[in-house]
Amino acid sequence: MTDRAYRAAPPGALRVEPLGELTAIFDRRSMQTHLVVSPMPEILNAMAGDACNAAALADRLAETFDLGGADDARGVLAERLRELAAMGLVERA
Amino acid sequence: MRYSVRIAVGPVQFRIGSDWPDPVAALGRLYASYPQDPDRPADATVRLFAARPWRRWIRPSVHIGGDFVIPDALPLPLAMGLLAAEMGMNLQVALGWRRHMLLHASAVARGGRAVIMSGESGSGKSTLAALLGEGDWRLMGDEFTLIDPAGGDALAFPRAVSLKNEAIAEVAARVDPARLGPLLADTPKGAIRHLIPRADAIAAMHEPARPALILFPRFGGAAAIEPMGEGEAFVRLTEASTNYVALGEAGFAALTRLVRETPAFAISYPDSAAGMALVEQLWADVSR
Repeated sequence: MTDRAYRAAPPGALRVEPLGELTAIFDRRSMQTHLVVSPMPEILNAMAGDACNAAALADRLAETFDLGGADDARGVLAERLRELAAMGLVERA
Repeated sequence: MRYSVRIAVGPVQFRIGSDWPDPVAALGRLYASYPQDPDRPADATVRLFAARPWRRWIRPSVHIGGDFVIPDALPLPLAMGLLAAEMGMNLQVALGWRRHMLLHASAVARGGRAVIMSGESGSGKSTLAALLGEGDWRLMGDEFTLIDPAGGDALAFPRAVSLKNEAIAEVAARVDPARLGPLLADTPKGAIRHLIPRADAIAAMHEPARPALILFPRFGGAAAIEPMGEGEAFVRLTEASTNYVALGEAGFAALTRLVRETPAFAISYPDSAAGMALVEQLWADVSR
């Protein structure tokens, strides 16, 4: 499967509030509230800056987290990126 | 309209107009002791009207109108005019209010701090609040609690308490009969009787209280307390708020702050005495 690149929401578009195990995200563009769990907040955080695909994202996250097998992590992250894109929290680059 | 009355409940000024005198007279009796400000413009308008002129007299049936309406809502017989007025008032607040975040929740306060109880119809939140309000608590409201988006305070909405079914006898046994409205039997919600809140609750209706405890009561089952995380409380309160979406980011900010600053618990209880004891127990815990 193609490892598509995504870009984060523009600065200031999202208001992110951790609430225990959940994280509430208010999207100022759509006025929608999203509730996500780990690793979504970590992914959004790591995507700040340049657009990236799952492989690049795995590299960035690996600097902070122990992701285990790189190939597995890429597949999972690609899936999470698609989910974040469906919510409108990231977009195709 | 032919007959009308103005009623202030907490921050909401209502104007209720009616084609018939009875519902307005009944409201006037329930709300006679509420403070009035005749110069204040109405925030919400309720109209109780006959669909056809002759239906004022022949099988009179009350349609509920106002700034916000539910299309195709069935009219009620005139004998339930008071219930129609209550439903109309609830509807205007639930759909129209924007100044505060509105929670479908009862609340009581002590020493300027509030216990907010959120639950579905039948959870017992209204009965618990009514009973606590007859004791050492100030009743803030049995149906709606308003949260100030700027400061986070809870504001009271102490409308006449809508007692339903078994709760009627339970509360009636403890209060002066002069504080009870007429018994409305066989309404779509069962038997209903209104309770005028205690004078101290009405006098304090403009005084905010700081949220100290959020409870999600459930009537039935053994007495139990289950701590609730911020995330779950947030989800449940977004569902309990009628205007969360309309408030946009202000609602989001108010609710995240509320669940962060206020401990939340689900409680279940087999009867009102046990429910009240759980509230007192949790209150003692958070007051330490």
